[in-house]
Amino acid sequence: MQFHHTTLPNGLEVVAELNNDAYSVAFGFYVKAGARDESGDVSGVSHFLEHMAFKGTERFSAEDVNRIFDEYGADYNAMTGEESTVFYSSVLPEYLPQTFELQASILFPTLRQDDFDMEKKVILEEIGMYEDQPSSVAYDKAMQLHFSGHDLGQSILGTVASVSGLTSEQMRSYHQDHYRAGNIVLAVAGNTDWKTVLELAEKHCGHWPAGVSPRSTAAATHAAQTEFVVKDQCQQEQIIQLASAPSCTDPRRFAAELLTVIVGDDSNSRLYWELVDPGLVESAECGYYEFEGAGTYLTFLNGDPETTRENLETINRLYEAVNAEGITADELEQAKNKIATRIVLRSERPMGRLSSLGGNWLVRREYRSVEDDLATVRGVTLEDIRQLLKEFPLMQTTTVGVGPLDKLPA
Amino acid sequence: MSQHVVKHATLSNGLTVLVETMPAVQSAAFSLLVNAGSVYDPPHQNGTTTALADWTARGAGNLNSRQLLAELDRLGIQGNESAGTQHMVFRASCLAANLPAALRLYGDIVRKPHLPEEEFEAVLSGVEHGLLAIEDEPRQKVMVELLRRCYPHPWGQPSEGTLEDLPNITPESVRNHFERCVKPDKAILGVAGNVTLETVLPVVESVFGDWTGSNDQTVPTGTVSPVREHLDHESTQTQIGVAYPGVAYADPEYYAAWAAVNVLSGGMSSRLFTEIREKRGLCYSVYATLNTLKDRGQVLCYAGTTSERAQETLDVLRAELVRLGEGIGQDELDRCKARAKSSLIMAQESSGSRASSLARNWYHLGRVVTLNEVRSEIEALTVQKVLDYVHKHPAQDFSILTIGPAALK
Repeated sequence: MQFHHTTLPNGLEVVAELNNDAYSVAFGFYVKAGARDESGDVSGVSHFLEHMAFKGTERFSAEDVNRIFDEYGADYNAMTGEESTVFYSSVLPEYLPQTFELQASILFPTLRQDDFDMEKKVILEEIGMYEDQPSSVAYDKAMQLHFSGHDLGQSILGTVASVSGLTSEQMRSYHQDHYRAGNIVLAVAGNTDWKTVLELAEKHCGHWPAGVSPRSTAAATHAAQTEFVVKDQCQQEQIIQLASAPSCTDPRRFAAELLTVIVGDDSNSRLYWELVDPGLVESAECGYYEFEGAGTYLTFLNGDPETTRENLETINRLYEAVNAEGITADELEQAKNKIATRIVLRSERPMGRLSSLGGNWLVRREYRSVEDDLATVRGVTLEDIRQLLKEFPLMQTTTVGVGPLDKLPA
Repeated sequence: MSQHVVKHATLSNGLTVLVETMPAVQSAAFSLLVNAGSVYDPPHQNGTTTALADWTARGAGNLNSRQLLAELDRLGIQGNESAGTQHMVFRASCLAANLPAALRLYGDIVRKPHLPEEEFEAVLSGVEHGLLAIEDEPRQKVMVELLRRCYPHPWGQPSEGTLEDLPNITPESVRNHFERCVKPDKAILGVAGNVTLETVLPVVESVFGDWTGSNDQTVPTGTVSPVREHLDHESTQTQIGVAYPGVAYADPEYYAAWAAVNVLSGGMSSRLFTEIREKRGLCYSVYATLNTLKDRGQVLCYAGTTSERAQETLDVLRAELVRLGEGIGQDELDRCKARAKSSLIMAQESSGSRASSLARNWYHLGRVVTLNEVRSEIEALTVQKVLDYVHKHPAQDFSILTIGPAALK
């Protein structure tokens, strides 16, 4: 494994972790443009724009884009989140130049009006699809409530109304503001050489407009709120609860990751033994999510509507016990081994390394090898967990339910 | 392309061991198929196998439930037990050095589960919760219900079980299922990763060597004919499932069938994506896939779309399936081949996916299938061969299932 880094004159950050033993090479453009960067009247534009990229440029039509990626057998896609839009491909090394050119060029799409109108229908279908998935509805609503008044509360997909109302001019202007070289990281992992990476980056990205767009990372304040979205047709009640946790630049994020594995992993965690193993619920999990300037503990519960209150109280008792007494050395050791294996297995494919490489550089301008991550995880102590819990106790601050309930039963 | 070495051995009790050595990875994975799947669920007790799968991990050998999961975590073993149609499936991934320990722990789970009576209620409750979760996800439910309608009983019955049969399942029936079905004969253990047959075989011998018996039940297979059905559900989208006959993996025309389905739905330049999503904006998600049992196969198609546009979606979908018989472009086949080449090469980066493929191929064909063999089969395809297949197995006799606010025509 060999790490390389450079910054092009226009500000594009280029990072690579190269490995000649890999069968493939994965590359991705990490654009600092997500739901939190949208002003209210263009909600959903980052995600819609991600779709529009695949509609092509002057040179490549929409059909060309799909056809050429397939001709080279690329495994490619894109995703939009609260904080970034990522375009990625995994290809055989011999097809890197061709797919790189295409992938790079579609970051600056033509945004033809007829393509825009057609793709809007697809986005509205995507919104419809997620509306029928209770867990998606719960997540969206919970983020909206927990971060109300803060830009992290903005929906990734937007609403039927906001997307219907979007114009291609608004999208163009959003694109001009955010798709600037200083806002983008190019990450490459796997089997190629640094000279090739540099040549491709200079040739296909060197002319991109320079500049960055500022993002406010003001702290969020959270008032305890509860909301139930009634879906009578559901058999079970899905609950999402959010609470404050370390942000993505906080060194305590590794402790937070370990803590949530111990408390709320999908197997052999405290929530598992308390609620899932006895068959009381379909699932009960706790996870840690990091953002710029904020982080969240996310509690997920899915089970019989009648027992929802009882189960939430059980979770509350369990959290209070952890907050007061911490966790055991044995639990910490098991969780470290669990996470270490996950890191190693995920890292075996260039695609797995890419997400770590690109994500770390985009938000922290930091390179972390697999060995770095393993060493950090191994180094977390019981005292670190105690300190974490002191400042970021496990809480159930914001609660959203989706299912038959209109409130918590008495 | 360097070729991984695959070696195999069959123990005297009928368990076949396949090992693919992958020098470039640090991990190892296995996939153990035991001839004890949901087709052997007793009549009106669909869900027996899935209950057994959950129950087996609640203590085995000299470890109770908590000790067992703690030990798996301590060794960094990511494993799971599940019910398939023909098999119970036990899978695990870990660092290669921990593979022997993983095999020992899973040896106990498979052969010496405690099946504690006091936990049975929790097991069934877990199965029920899983089924209720499917009820709340119509996208998933439509495919479960489609399979049930396009394969003859019991080959289409959901391996997850059914809500109506759950009350009939007792601890005795699940124990019986374990006693009768969980046997080494016809069991297949696929192993892949930074390990060799020479080092793995002694461990397998010591864990499974003295296991005996076979599951000799024959499964009475019913008949099936195409159906049209609608299930009412209050939702924004209508879920559409369409199935029609394909061929089994063991069929000489399998690769032609695979290519035909890939022209329809392999990559974003394929026909369903282009015609339904790109040109008409009818769907976010639309696909077709070739699903195969040992002796037959079905092409399964899915589309989810806002209810007002569902009729048009179904009409275009059916028209595209039929239009395949009118011709296939050389460029379309070339793209299928290119995608296959990439994915076959990249498959060598994942020990978990290789372990599963080894075991699955052995089940269907009774022999090792190397990635090079798959590659040359695909290279040998011509447009004419694929079209001949499509003409011999045209898209007809559709089973169509919809879930949503209103039935379609």
